[in-house]
Amino acid sequence: MTHKPLTSSAIQRVFILLIALMSINIPPAQAASGLEEFNFTGNVDENRFKALISQLRCLVCQNESLADSDAELAHDLRREIYGMMDKGQTNKQIVDFLVARYGDFVLYNPPVEPRTWILWYGPFALLAIGLLVLIYTVRKRKHQREPDFSAQEQQRLNELLGDDERPESGQQGDKAV
Amino acid sequence: MIPELGHFALILALCLAVVQAIFPLIGSLNRTPSWTAMARPLAYGQFVFLAFAFAALVHAFLTDDFSVLYVAQNGNTEMPTIYKVSAVWGAHEGSLLLWAFILSIWMIAVAAFTRSLPDEMVARVLSVMGMISIGFLSFLLFTSNPFARIFPAPLQGAELNPLLQDFGLAIHPPMLYMGYVGMSVAFSFAIAALIGGKLDNAWARWSRPWTLVAWMFLGTGIVLGSWWAYNELGWGGWWFWDPVENASFMPWLAGTALVHSLAVTEKRGAFKRWTVLLALLAFSLSLMGTFLVRSGVLTSVHAFASDPARGMFILVFLMVVIGSSLLLYALRAPSISRGGGFDALSRETLLLGNNLILIVITALVLLGTLAPLIYDAFNWGKISVGFPWFSTMFITFTPLMILLMGAAPLTRWKHQDGGELLRQLRLALLLSVAAAIVVALPFAADNGAAGVAVGLSVWLLTTLLTSAWRRLRHHGGISALIADFSSRGGRSYYGMWIAHLGVAIFIIGVTFVTQFDIRKDVRMSPAQEIVVNGYRFRFDGVTPRQGPNYVAQRGTIHVSRNGHEVAVLHPEKRTYNMKSRPMTEAGIDVGLFRDIYVSLGEPLKGGDWALRLYYKPMVRWIWLGGLLTALGGLLSASDPRYRLRVLAKVTGRDVPSNTLAAGEQA
Amino acid sequence: MPAYARYLAPLLAFLALTALLYKGLSINPRTIPSPLIDKPAPAFRLPALKHPEQFISNADFQGKVTLLNVWATWCVACRQEHQNLVQLRKQGVRIYGLNYKDKRPAAEQWLQQFGNPYIANAFDADGRVGINWGVYGTPETFVIDKQGIIRHKYIGPITLNAIQNEILPLVKQLREAD
Repeated sequence: MTHKPLTSSAIQRVFILLIALMSINIPPAQAASGLEEFNFTGNVDENRFKALISQLRCLVCQNESLADSDAELAHDLRREIYGMMDKGQTNKQIVDFLVARYGDFVLYNPPVEPRTWILWYGPFALLAIGLLVLIYTVRKRKHQREPDFSAQEQQRLNELLGDDERPESGQQGDKAV
Repeated sequence: MIPELGHFALILALCLAVVQAIFPLIGSLNRTPSWTAMARPLAYGQFVFLAFAFAALVHAFLTDDFSVLYVAQNGNTEMPTIYKVSAVWGAHEGSLLLWAFILSIWMIAVAAFTRSLPDEMVARVLSVMGMISIGFLSFLLFTSNPFARIFPAPLQGAELNPLLQDFGLAIHPPMLYMGYVGMSVAFSFAIAALIGGKLDNAWARWSRPWTLVAWMFLGTGIVLGSWWAYNELGWGGWWFWDPVENASFMPWLAGTALVHSLAVTEKRGAFKRWTVLLALLAFSLSLMGTFLVRSGVLTSVHAFASDPARGMFILVFLMVVIGSSLLLYALRAPSISRGGGFDALSRETLLLGNNLILIVITALVLLGTLAPLIYDAFNWGKISVGFPWFSTMFITFTPLMILLMGAAPLTRWKHQDGGELLRQLRLALLLSVAAAIVVALPFAADNGAAGVAVGLSVWLLTTLLTSAWRRLRHHGGISALIADFSSRGGRSYYGMWIAHLGVAIFIIGVTFVTQFDIRKDVRMSPAQEIVVNGYRFRFDGVTPRQGPNYVAQRGTIHVSRNGHEVAVLHPEKRTYNMKSRPMTEAGIDVGLFRDIYVSLGEPLKGGDWALRLYYKPMVRWIWLGGLLTALGGLLSASDPRYRLRVLAKVTGRDVPSNTLAAGEQA
Repeated sequence: MPAYARYLAPLLAFLALTALLYKGLSINPRTIPSPLIDKPAPAFRLPALKHPEQFISNADFQGKVTLLNVWATWCVACRQEHQNLVQLRKQGVRIYGLNYKDKRPAAEQWLQQFGNPYIANAFDADGRVGINWGVYGTPETFVIDKQGIIRHKYIGPITLNAIQNEILPLVKQLREAD
């Protein structure tokens, strides 16, 4: 495979494409603030506020919660939520407000509804299936014929495996790892 | 000139890889000793060329050769030397070269340290590794050439992303890659055994140390990544269940299941089919991690610049490698013999249970990571699965595993009397429940979690002590500890002991920092003081500072407690010369039982600043626990019983046939 | 059934996974679909950019097919699509602008310098109207039908390709509808 020499116009086109792909832009004018602007002396309970914003996703920095994100939009949404709490709205009302505008994606935790059952109950189902397989396997192994070794063969086997553990007197099986 | 030579070295390495993948393998099947013997020299050869290629890229960075596109994108004349070197693996192409280079390191390790293994086995192992090498070298040469030139060369490089200009970048990726790539050794051993039809206790014993070492590297890499994020990102988080983090965690989980399963196969010849499958799975997850990080399929703060074309290449590679290995598994599995039987209550069963839970956790991490993709692909709407879901699930399943972890070392192989086990565990149970209640009580209303965690840790600790006491009692008492340690099987045991202890410490760290940490976002004026959790923070203003390639706003915070000064912290806000977005450097006072963590926010009017003050109890225990676990693995791998002196000579002679697999003779 | 059949399960599971990942390569994970599609456009009333004493509201959208383009001067990608918007305007498409979290003088200068495809611009200083419309990153463009219902949301800079294949056909379709 040959490499075409990279001309500067090709580079420019690549950069323009990359910029075009960056459809999320952050205003440089003033970076977002954290939670220090909130006073928490009014109607808003600090713990409740912090708990709620950590349950919501920042849509710009999509792997951060609204609590952690520094994005401008996160700042705006935090302010909005604070305002709504101050006016006495419940968590459900606030969440509904955001979901109506941004969809379920804004919830950090997916809702529990039929289409997300596989997400919420899947692991438990897997554990249950695994347990059944495990019980079945163990039952079968219990009745399995143990390979018959003569004493000489047993010693030979130990030699091969390089073990020289002293077995418990009269009992089968080893103890040490 | 040197970059071209580096490029050429890669091509040569690819040629060698092709030869290595074909000839030794065929030689081992046809009994052609001359072809079989090619394996080791070819591996050494690949290493030489890859080392040269890697050195060529390092050289390009150190000499600021911006005519190389990759260097132009990531290098900069003003960067400190350590970051110039780290930049080699700071982005996609270079990190792939690191992958290929580390693969060659593992190859020569296999070539050098398997003198006492049958040559045919080694030939097959190296052939499989050669096939993997072909994949990565092709990927490099055809889609991601780190030596591509740019003309005209820019006068200055674009610089490494400031977030990466940290000591963490120097160590985290190399460690992680040693782990990822190391899993390929267990994988290759498994494939080699499947091809040869000889899957037995010996195979398990050969594989185990390699797997343990790779697992150790992977665990260490993950711990380093977490520690790095904590130091670097400015808000004290240490794990985000980010897709890329999950991509490294899944092979580790599978690897943990694998080392435990290998123990059973090694000892009792049982679970062979399952162990082989796990060996294939662990590396497959590694490869899939590579795919997820580089293809743009998932959103992540860590992902390399995504390119669907590259993603396609990796996907095809994945299909070939994993698909054919699983096909081989399906074809060979029926002829793998069963090992010894065991009772319902036995160490085998408990280890099987442990494996089950580990696999369920791996599956759920996979499910959560891929869920957004699944829902989007099936048009079930867009959902997001984040930190809360992962945490909830993880915390639900882990306690079950911890309970098994405590009981298993005290349980005999093959058959354990239930009454006897209960007698041994009685004390541990009592102490654990007591500890749980004692810790939970003060927080009764909202905090059962701390109590449960402490209970589980105490459970692990007390069962470990019980196990150690019993062992030493049979092996000569505590005065014989040193002798026991160096005996056959000794280091394995103590390795397990330390690794499990590490888990106990880890649990304490995670629970305490999650339940009891305090965060305050405040606005402070110079000379203002704020008290958080008994610590007095005095803000002494911000001064500008010039760094090697950045300008910083440097804050000074005096922290004191009960009148004594505890620390002077200097959080910074840095603006790097090339990038406009400022970056935070936290000021951290490190302590064994707590961290004090301060980061600088935005400047506000009137000389005030926004600050974040954190009190983080026991956070270091997270990484200490992780490192201990990794150390335990290393200790275990160094057990003298893995030194194979006589084994190879004896193999092939007259041996009870029902312990070795049906199939071809050696 | 041959002996190895039951051991094919891992392979089959893997193939299913591969199919999923393949599909994933063609999806962009960052775009968030709007829940406002096929719902009435959120009501708003904002001062106009050029003449602050005048107001723009969604009443202005009634009766004709309209595009609402969310943009700002600090948005690099908006610069990319600007000429395409001018093109779109020349083809007779009605475009209103939502100037999002911007500064008046900068915005006016920008339009003077690069051309003005907008019939009028609503000035959303603090971004609250943007939140109501589910804006999470600029540029975003909404296609609104004659009854004021949002029919499509385009995320990212509008390309010529998008104009040909998505915007124009939809606008035509909505115009012909009752």
